[in-house]
Amino acid sequence: MDVFVADAVNAQNLMAARLQMALSLGWHIIVACLGVGMPAITLIAEWRGHRTGDPHLRLLARRWAKAMGVLFAVGAVSGTILSFEMGLLWPGLMGTYGEVIGLPFALEGIAFFIEAIFLGIYLYAWDRMPPVPHLLSGIPIVVAGVASAFFVVTANAWMQQPTGFDTREGRVTAVEPWAAMFNPATPPQTVHMILAAFMVAGFSMAAVYAVAMLRGRRDRYHRLGFLIPFTVAAVVTPVQIGVGDWAAHFVAENQPVKLAAMEGVFETERAVPLHLGGVAVDGELRYALEIPYGLSLLAHWNPHAEIAGLNEVPAAEHPPVNIVHWAFQIMVGLGFALLALAVWQWWAWWRRRDLPRSPWFLRAAALSGVAAVVALEAGWTVTEVGRQPWIVYGVMRTAEAVNPAPGLVYGFAGVAAVYAVLTVATVYVLRRMAREKPVPVAPQERDVTDYKVV
Amino acid sequence: MPLPEILLGLLWIGVTAYVLFGGADFGGGVWDLLAGGAERGARQRALVEHSIGPVWEANHVWLIFVIVLAWTGVPSVFAAVASTLYVPLTLTALGIIARGSAFAFRKASTLLWQRRLFGAAFAFSSVVTPFFLGTVAGAIASGRVPPGIAEGDLTASWLNPTSLVSGALAVGTAAYLAAVYLTRDAQRAGDTALAAAFRRRALAAGVVVGGLSALGLAVLRADAPRLFGQLTTGAALPLLVLSVAAGVVSLALLAWTRAYLAVRVTAALAVVGLLWGWGVGQYPHLLPGVTLHEAAATPAVLAATLGALAVGALLLVPSLVWLYATFQRGDAPGEGENGSTPVAPDVRKY
Repeated sequence: MDVFVADAVNAQNLMAARLQMALSLGWHIIVACLGVGMPAITLIAEWRGHRTGDPHLRLLARRWAKAMGVLFAVGAVSGTILSFEMGLLWPGLMGTYGEVIGLPFALEGIAFFIEAIFLGIYLYAWDRMPPVPHLLSGIPIVVAGVASAFFVVTANAWMQQPTGFDTREGRVTAVEPWAAMFNPATPPQTVHMILAAFMVAGFSMAAVYAVAMLRGRRDRYHRLGFLIPFTVAAVVTPVQIGVGDWAAHFVAENQPVKLAAMEGVFETERAVPLHLGGVAVDGELRYALEIPYGLSLLAHWNPHAEIAGLNEVPAAEHPPVNIVHWAFQIMVGLGFALLALAVWQWWAWWRRRDLPRSPWFLRAAALSGVAAVVALEAGWTVTEVGRQPWIVYGVMRTAEAVNPAPGLVYGFAGVAAVYAVLTVATVYVLRRMAREKPVPVAPQERDVTDYKVV
Repeated sequence: MPLPEILLGLLWIGVTAYVLFGGADFGGGVWDLLAGGAERGARQRALVEHSIGPVWEANHVWLIFVIVLAWTGVPSVFAAVASTLYVPLTLTALGIIARGSAFAFRKASTLLWQRRLFGAAFAFSSVVTPFFLGTVAGAIASGRVPPGIAEGDLTASWLNPTSLVSGALAVGTAAYLAAVYLTRDAQRAGDTALAAAFRRRALAAGVVVGGLSALGLAVLRADAPRLFGQLTTGAALPLLVLSVAAGVVSLALLAWTRAYLAVRVTAALAVVGLLWGWGVGQYPHLLPGVTLHEAAATPAVLAATLGALAVGALLLVPSLVWLYATFQRGDAPGEGENGSTPVAPDVRKY
């Protein structure tokens, strides 16, 4: 399908479609991660608040629940847009393979439905139910949120490792939808994504309170608001590092071209060093710091293992090396930085049952939310850009999938403008809500004004 | 019944649910737009907000359900529709973002200027979005989406008489359903003045929708003769008759009685008749020259999807029952004014 690539109009279309997808998915993924992680953290606060009667915890749970309501709304609409865009931007993919990946999306629809039902109960019935049933009504939100993430990522995993179908004369035949859903990439990718969601939610929520504490508000309310989400994130982070290693091994075995781009390996060799930094120019990686045997050791547990280079495939099938290489380095670097921050907290807690005393801890923690989000976006860039030029790895090129109708670039401009406004409005509304004194979770709860803790 | 027909039936049930429930939500936004200044329209807006607050997100599920079933069950048709009609569908998508987020933001805002700003975005997109969705329906109904990817005319496919009438009909139907629904809601809340106001709006919207439907038939006769023939003489005729009869009864009930609960039923029947009349009239063709069986996914996919939906229903039904039970409690008549109790009426849409 080089005809498509050669065609200037289609090249512009392809870039516009990819940017539009990147923008809307990159936006949604942040809100979706908060939607997966926040309910669990909120329930922990509500549960502890119920057990101890601590009004600070109860207020935190209320406020987080209210923010969840807004985030769930923007998550629902930005997710709806993505299902439109699957067809608007990639009709070539959906027309041929829509049925192969339809099942997980149908299951995701069910999970989303359950999430919406129980979110309605949880938010709107707070004062109509006794505490324990109310707490229990939050559990399906957590389960359905994690399930949604799982189902959606299985569809992406299939695009990395397409299985469960045959093709004859351009039409798919003999589809096995369950085999397509539980493809080889499903376990590492789904686990990696779900843990990332808890890291993003935990560090982002904690960062808000770290900023407040840096401004001198170190009362019990802010300390608890920091500790609960930060602890969740600090527990998840080391597990995520291990899962990340598993995911990288999977890529090394199954998507060697992607690994070569991630590491900037151009020639197939044995005993390949690990490259830190560096820029790919003219078919080689320059200015990188090399750790001898590092990559062979990491990828295959053998310092002399052979690593396939980009030279194994034609140049037209190379992903953009610099983007993938740097995105991978940023993700790994930030992952270890967040791990260090988590260890810092454990150490202080183990020694003194307190937060680290250095102001640098809070300063770092204040940045941890942004760091987690950047790591998330970088990791997703590795997954998606590293797969290029394939939309379905080894089966269909992205250029074959894109909508050939002219003018996609205007659609992209419109979407970009709307998302800019949406971002500003979301941040503004959340910031205002955080300061509001009476904290009605839903509009009918105007009677809830008696929170004297802040 | 063969699997493709079951899947298509489910898909059409999803479309119906979205038109009825999502439509009433959109209509709520239309009345929000027409409610007047901040003070004069406050009570109407409060009723609208109270009515759709807890449910509009769940109503999105129907739209997603329809999109997902379309690409799973009839992938090539989904690709043809989405690629040819990407202009109105992109505008629909943008409208959905503006509407949902603005509504949530308004609910979370306390300052008047913010509530005005977000309210305006919500109300405006409530009118624009169903219009574009209606043009999409008109494009498919008039056979302007050929099979293949982006094979149709990018503008003429949705800027044509059938599409324009369908777009107007979609906005009118939404406004009508919402007015009928809100009439009963206001009556139950004990606000007779507001109930009377929405009764007048329901009557006006009903007359407009009836007129638009008649105009639509005339346009179809010239623009899509095959569908017109099916609707007026073929298999779809009984459904068209049902729609017209239910519409007339609705207007009569609204004009001379206060049986607003019964009007909800007849108004829904009028819309359902029209929608299923179109579906039956077009069946078995989905696109020009493409029948359901030619476009349907492989049996394994259909079986797995239908099975998953059946199992999912086992989880969904008890959840819905609990939701219903939760919000029924303490819902005495007379309560619920100004959004103080988001009770039974909101559960209708689940």
